[in-house]
Amino acid sequence: MKISEVVDQLNLKVFSGYKGLHKEILGAYTSDLLSDVMGNLNEGYIWITLQTHQNIMAVSSLKDASAILMVKGLSPEASTIKMSEEEGIPILGTELETFEISGKLFMLLNQ
Amino acid sequence: MMRTNYNVEGGDFTKAGNVASCVKKTLKQLNVNAKIIKRVVIALYEAEVNIVAHAYQGHVTIDIDDQYITMLLKDKGPGIEDIDLAMTQGFSTASAKVREMGFGAGMGLPNIKKNVDELTLESEINIGITLCLKVKLTE
Ligand SMILES: Nc1ncnc2c1ncn2[C@@H]1O[C@H](COP(=O)(O)OP(=O)(O)OP(=O)(O)O)[C@@H](O)[C@H]1O
Ligand SMILES: [Mg+2]
Repeated sequence: MKISEVVDQLNLKVFSGYKGLHKEILGAYTSDLLSDVMGNLNEGYIWITLQTHQNIMAVSSLKDASAILMVKGLSPEASTIKMSEEEGIPILGTELETFEISGKLFMLLNQ
Repeated sequence: MMRTNYNVEGGDFTKAGNVASCVKKTLKQLNVNAKIIKRVVIALYEAEVNIVAHAYQGHVTIDIDDQYITMLLKDKGPGIEDIDLAMTQGFSTASAKVREMGFGAGMGLPNIKKNVDELTLESEINIGITLCLKVKLTE
């Protein structure tokens, strides 16, 4: 499934990185600990988190994540948006809590 | 053989990951196997961030030959009192501020160990640590 389809299906906000929306997503990983993500997120995965600072972009780029999904109505910092545009890795957002959005995305990817 | 040098500033999280990013690009250009690149990136990122999070200043030397990548990270900082304890998953002395950013899970050194072929860590209290990591580039 493409990121743009996930955006439509789950009614997500797109903050930045539009040029990466055509990418295929291969799965998702939910965590707010950077070293945990560094060790466990796979290439092409969406990263679901409540972190908003620019280090999440550095990690996403190094891990070839397909997108970042911010929970609970949180917004990325300006420096995070800038890096998202440079890297072409979209930052998405939802008002939902981590548990809820992880569940919905899980259902969507496994249907 | 190819050698590159980098400086890492303690406390400057805005640049954390830059060394790993440069080395990732280089290894891609050299057509190194993607799985091996991933392992190098994890180990180098964690080692780099440890300088940013725990030391004052660091120097990184990357050597690449046709067999190995050797990553030497030398920092000026507090050093590590108990290396075995520091290598234990979950052990961290990270500050509250650093933890709030999602660092400080105590997973960095275990991540490094898991992903390299050779690791040596030397520490001098109140001087700093020297971490030498080696990954074989060919399967
Ligand atoms: N370069 C360093 N200088 C001084 N102490 C260090 C250094 N690297 C690691 N340590 C010590 O070892 C501990 C464990 O390091 P490790 O990388 O495993 O976890 P962390 O950095 O605390 O958290 P994480 O890596 O999960 O964000 C650190 O909390 C710190 O006490
Ligand atoms: Mg660490």
